[in-house]
Amino acid sequence: MTREGRIRLLVVALLITALEALCRFGLIAPTVLIPPTEMMRSLWQILVSGQHNADIISTFRNVLVSSILAISLGFAAGLTIHALPRLRTAIEPVLASYYAVPTFMFYPLFVVVFGVNSGAIIAIAVLLSVVSMITSTLSGLDRIPAVLHKTARVYHMTPPSRAIFIDLPAAAPHLFGGAKLAFAYALIGVIASEFILSGEGVGYAIAYAYNNFDNRVMYGLMLLVIIAAVIANAALDAVDRRLQTRLRP
Amino acid sequence: MRRLGDAIIVFGCLLAMWQVLSCLVGDTALTSPVETMARLGTLMSASSFWGHVAETGHAFALAVLISLLGGIGTGTLLGLNRTSAIVSEPILIALYSLPKVTLYPLVLLCFGLGISAKIAFGAMHGLIPVAIFTMNAIRQIKPVYWRTAHALRLSPRQVALTLALPAVLPEVLSGARLGFSLSLLGVLIGEMFASKRGLGFLIITAMGLGDTATLIAIALLISAFAIAIHWALLVLQRHFSPWH
Repeated sequence: MTREGRIRLLVVALLITALEALCRFGLIAPTVLIPPTEMMRSLWQILVSGQHNADIISTFRNVLVSSILAISLGFAAGLTIHALPRLRTAIEPVLASYYAVPTFMFYPLFVVVFGVNSGAIIAIAVLLSVVSMITSTLSGLDRIPAVLHKTARVYHMTPPSRAIFIDLPAAAPHLFGGAKLAFAYALIGVIASEFILSGEGVGYAIAYAYNNFDNRVMYGLMLLVIIAAVIANAALDAVDRRLQTRLRP
Repeated sequence: MRRLGDAIIVFGCLLAMWQVLSCLVGDTALTSPVETMARLGTLMSASSFWGHVAETGHAFALAVLISLLGGIGTGTLLGLNRTSAIVSEPILIALYSLPKVTLYPLVLLCFGLGISAKIAFGAMHGLIPVAIFTMNAIRQIKPVYWRTAHALRLSPRQVALTLALPAVLPEVLSGARLGFSLSLLGVLIGEMFASKRGLGFLIITAMGLGDTATLIAIALLISAFAIAIHWALLVLQRHFSPWH
């Protein structure tokens, strides 16, 4: 581990210890925040008793389905837009300002259209994440070095084999970057929709516990979401960084 | 000219798609563009509506202010030292990609129900990207700039105003752009959950009533506002870029 890595670990550990001390000595009321060790114990009980397994599975499934849909739809749309330069210049401003709009406020509309179910949640999560995949696909295809196209021509490669052996590997770092973002947005979209309005899922369980003043369960589940998100994002980040090193000459 | 024409065609296509979709799924699920605009007109002529707009605007303005001041401050402090920047970057990135909505109950328990919780939640969303961008902007100032400042014996004040500020401004502005849109999202989510005022609350009420016309009208109004700010900041950023 690097020196900075050790310092980082120390900083995080100190912050958690400080929080623990503040809670234990009553400077932060238990009605506001429970000590981190209590959160861990609560999370452990939740996982062992299996009382929220259905919620966890539902959230996991929705995130997975939304990510896969967003990645495949975004990739297909990116390919199409890349092939049509005029369409691309026309819709580029739409793509560029897309993430300025808080798209999530259209979730209630999906609830009215689809009803309170996974359909509405997946729809909003895909809507949130698909554009990051489209823009990454476009930039990935743009940045394939011209020399590779020449090489393909020299070897008389057919379009399908060129796509598989040249284009896809060359664009892979960008495509993966897009997939990583799409996953992060899908996770945020699913949890936020569950939290605002739904009948199941981890986000819903947190909102439910909040409404019932059940701080133990609420913080246990919050810890679960934080741990899961940090691990998933860190893992995707590690792969991403590995692929990015390939881009450097 | 052709680009403008293309943009108009795209806009027209989007409107046509909306019209066709509303015909397909029926007026109760998705109201037509004309009807939605009419509803927006009636909404905007009601004085109670502007009270909600003011509430959201108030919360958003303060959230953005806190995000910018806090983000630029944190980013500067962390960015000036190499070790602190390397130590904090992954932590900031992890916080950035966290689904912060799960932390909203914590914010509510700390700040109570009301506008301060929305402001805090909006600032939570906006502050981190501003800090990340500011930190990286400061780290990426070329060492030759510092040496030049040293050779010219510039005072700290001169260094800050004539060297550091112009060097980091474009990056900070792109962080601010992200901070703006995320603060807006934070405030709106805050209003959608456990709130009795603001545009987010109006959207949730409209959903409960199945009133899609109001729902889409408000969502479009917010979208137009968000896009306008986005482009204004983009123009500002281009203006301050050295390669402009």
